[in-house]
Amino acid sequence: MRYIKFLFQNLVKMATLLVGVSIVAFTLVSMSPIDPVQANVGTLGYMRMTPEKKAEFASYWGEDVPPVERYLNWAGDFIRGDMGISLKYNRPVAEVVSEKFRNSLLLMCVAWILSGVFGILLGVIAGYYRDRWQDRLIKGYALLLASTPAFWIALVLLMVFAVWLQWLPVGMNVPIGMAAAEVGFLERLRHLILPAAALSLTGVANIALHTREKMIDIMESDYVLFARARGERGGAIVRRHALRNILLPAITLQFGSVSEIFGGSVLIEQVFSYPGLGQAAVDAGLGSDVALLLAITVVSTLFVFCGNLIANVLYGVVDPRIRRGGYER
Amino acid sequence: MKDKAVGAGRIKNMRRRTRVTVVCAVLLLAAVLVAGVLLGERAVQTDFSRKNVTPCIPYLFGTDWMGRDMLARTLKGLSTSIFIGILASAISALVALVLGTMAATLGKGADAAITWLIDLMLGVPHIVLLVLISYALGKGFWGVTVGVALTHWPGLCRVLRSEILQIRESTYIGVARQLGKSPWYIAKTHIFPQILPQFLAGLILLFPHAILHEASVTFLGFGLSPEKPAIGMILSESMSYLSTGKWWLALFPGLALVLVVVLFERIGNGVRTLLDPASAHE
Amino acid sequence: MAEEKRQKEILRIERLTVSFAQYEAKTTQRVELPVISDLNVSVREGEVVAVVGSSGSGKSLLAHTVFGLLPQNASVSGDMFYQGMRLRTEDIMRLRGSELALVPQGVSYLDPLMKTGKQILNGRRDAVSREKMQKLFVRYGLEQGVAQQYPFELSGGMARRVLLMTALMSEPKLIVADEPTTGMDFSLATKAMEDFRGFADEGNGVLLITHDLKLALTVADRVIVFYAGTTLEEATAADFKDGRLLRHPYTRALYRAMPEHGFAALPGTQPYVRDMPKGCPFAPRCPKRGVGCDGEIPVTAVRGGSVRCVRYAKTSLPEA
Repeated sequence: MRYIKFLFQNLVKMATLLVGVSIVAFTLVSMSPIDPVQANVGTLGYMRMTPEKKAEFASYWGEDVPPVERYLNWAGDFIRGDMGISLKYNRPVAEVVSEKFRNSLLLMCVAWILSGVFGILLGVIAGYYRDRWQDRLIKGYALLLASTPAFWIALVLLMVFAVWLQWLPVGMNVPIGMAAAEVGFLERLRHLILPAAALSLTGVANIALHTREKMIDIMESDYVLFARARGERGGAIVRRHALRNILLPAITLQFGSVSEIFGGSVLIEQVFSYPGLGQAAVDAGLGSDVALLLAITVVSTLFVFCGNLIANVLYGVVDPRIRRGGYER
Repeated sequence: MKDKAVGAGRIKNMRRRTRVTVVCAVLLLAAVLVAGVLLGERAVQTDFSRKNVTPCIPYLFGTDWMGRDMLARTLKGLSTSIFIGILASAISALVALVLGTMAATLGKGADAAITWLIDLMLGVPHIVLLVLISYALGKGFWGVTVGVALTHWPGLCRVLRSEILQIRESTYIGVARQLGKSPWYIAKTHIFPQILPQFLAGLILLFPHAILHEASVTFLGFGLSPEKPAIGMILSESMSYLSTGKWWLALFPGLALVLVVVLFERIGNGVRTLLDPASAHE
Repeated sequence: MAEEKRQKEILRIERLTVSFAQYEAKTTQRVELPVISDLNVSVREGEVVAVVGSSGSGKSLLAHTVFGLLPQNASVSGDMFYQGMRLRTEDIMRLRGSELALVPQGVSYLDPLMKTGKQILNGRRDAVSREKMQKLFVRYGLEQGVAQQYPFELSGGMARRVLLMTALMSEPKLIVADEPTTGMDFSLATKAMEDFRGFADEGNGVLLITHDLKLALTVADRVIVFYAGTTLEEATAADFKDGRLLRHPYTRALYRAMPEHGFAALPGTQPYVRDMPKGCPFAPRCPKRGVGCDGEIPVTAVRGGSVRCVRYAKTSLPEA
């Protein structure tokens, strides 16, 4: 079937891209003047490694091994699920990544949903009231936000709500002196509010501006004109026609913006000391934890590709014009 | 028909206003750049007799825990950021132009390869790629500049590629080819002049992203070294003092950064409006 | 024709002028650009009235005016009467979609993501409406399954019938059809015309806006010739049987441009609203242009129709 073929092509392309990304990342890491073996000899993690693990580590990063061979050694183990040992965390990389990723996923999901809902809402309002004060307000807000670094928004939120008003905790997923298991759900939620708010605030801009454009197109479309000729009024037109035609492209856009949300989360996790994948990436980069850095690169790329794939698939499944094979997009 | 008639005057008015905005924004940025260079000394001057001063008339942005003037530091940081932004955007735009032209003119193979490369670049989250490149180059000034330059070309490259493909379809290119003109001649006389507006606007609109990403990477600790005042560094350092209520350390430098980004955005959109023949007065 | 005149009037539009506020190039002053000026149209029960004009004559705006769909910067003057009562904006809001129905140009006027059945019902959920829709499907030879299809799945002919059905669901008194046959071949278009004729024969009115004079003449009772935003002539369909019965030089030119009458194209183009000549808009292209063409041109009743031409105003005699 045409659709299966489309899906298959997408998956193949994703696989080649992923291999490409891993090669590029590996090359970059190898290029670094910082020698991972040298840099890590003194660390606790390295000293505690078993001799086999030390040999494995050398086979990825040792200067005496040819680069291609080193890549193949690393990639072969990686595919088998052995991502090496994180020297920074003194644990298997796979374990670290999965734990941190789960933390980040929670943050990103909340922010993704919030920014999607509010972005679409604001975009619809702005487009409906085109050039009126509502539109100007929303457009100005979105344009300003698009020019504002995510981490600064996070800092401002932190200053206002945590330092000044003291409503919410300053940072850290887990209060100091408390084991992770003791932390209740509500406490975790309290720590999630500010990072999620910061991430959503910046995420809103993009989707709101795109939805606004689309909304303007729709309000000027023939079918909205005809709906008015048939006696439909503003609210009904938005409900019956505009939302129907806006939701699909908006949600697709939102799935396609996973990369930006991830990028934002790296910065925001840093501000709030949120123990997610982004913070781990920064730690890995600063601490020359190459195995972890590579693993995070590959995993985050896979994450972005999944978002894009969902966007493509969604369009195919939901839009009747493609589902019923009317025409190619 | 109706649209064409809608106020040629309004358009002309808008163009005049756009020109004024662009000129003002350029002047303001130039002032920041110059101020940063002139205040270089003052920015690093420590004076413990005036540490942690809240914003007041002599120190508009306050001072930090070492008594350094935050306004001077901010201006110096911004001028460094603007400099890196301009350098990185220029390299990035050049890469986009070269690759875009190659993709559009060198046949299917090259096109597929470059499109694949674009997808690859867009697949890795920007920040992660920046961290990787910065790590590869041993951090510091070149780490950030090269990193920002190498990560920002795909968007513009896509635009230029499709633009050139469209121009190549047009008849006069076909005529030129039949007249035996060389590909370089065709590119020089027919293609480049046409994509120039897109290229220039794209170039300027890369600045805001470049500056934001430079600040972000520096904030994370991969960019400029701590002794250089950079906005990212200032904000990163301020984090240790926020919980003790030194709000001015983060607020004003951040606001100034936003202002610079907005100004670049204005210039870029203004230039695009002014160069776009569709919005020109008939 | 005389007995038709006694029929009750459904819609009458008098001295309609529509203009758009625009900004002048150098002075940045607001000017009003008239796109329709001094237009008169009426539709009686049982009548199909065709408004014929080439594209750019502003005839689509006529439909938009009737339905109150003009953009913000438009201003309207003149009078509109519905069944003898003056139409105010509130009345239009109330009547559109019920007694007044629009049949638009094509499939782009349907919501691309809504099934056609839902669009025909337009929010109605009751059994009576569903039954009515099913009857319409039968009447216009569409399968019931079409209700479950999306607009992009409809062929041109199906789309036309669906658009007509959207109008008929509310049992309107008047249908305004705006270029309803765009992009259709002749046989399909003829079928569309027959449907309008059938609707009018049930005691309703149709205002048919089209550029296709030949097609309009297959069903219309009266033809209103529209040029550069104004009416030049009102003629009965019968007048077109013999070119000499037509009144205005433009109408005659249209007549001669028809394939069966010599296919003679009229040189020149319609003036754009911006540089409208004073007086008769057709004067620059008129073969019979003369003194007085750039003055005020009154509408004169001639042979059961009317014409806007100085030559009739002076003598009210048919020219040789």
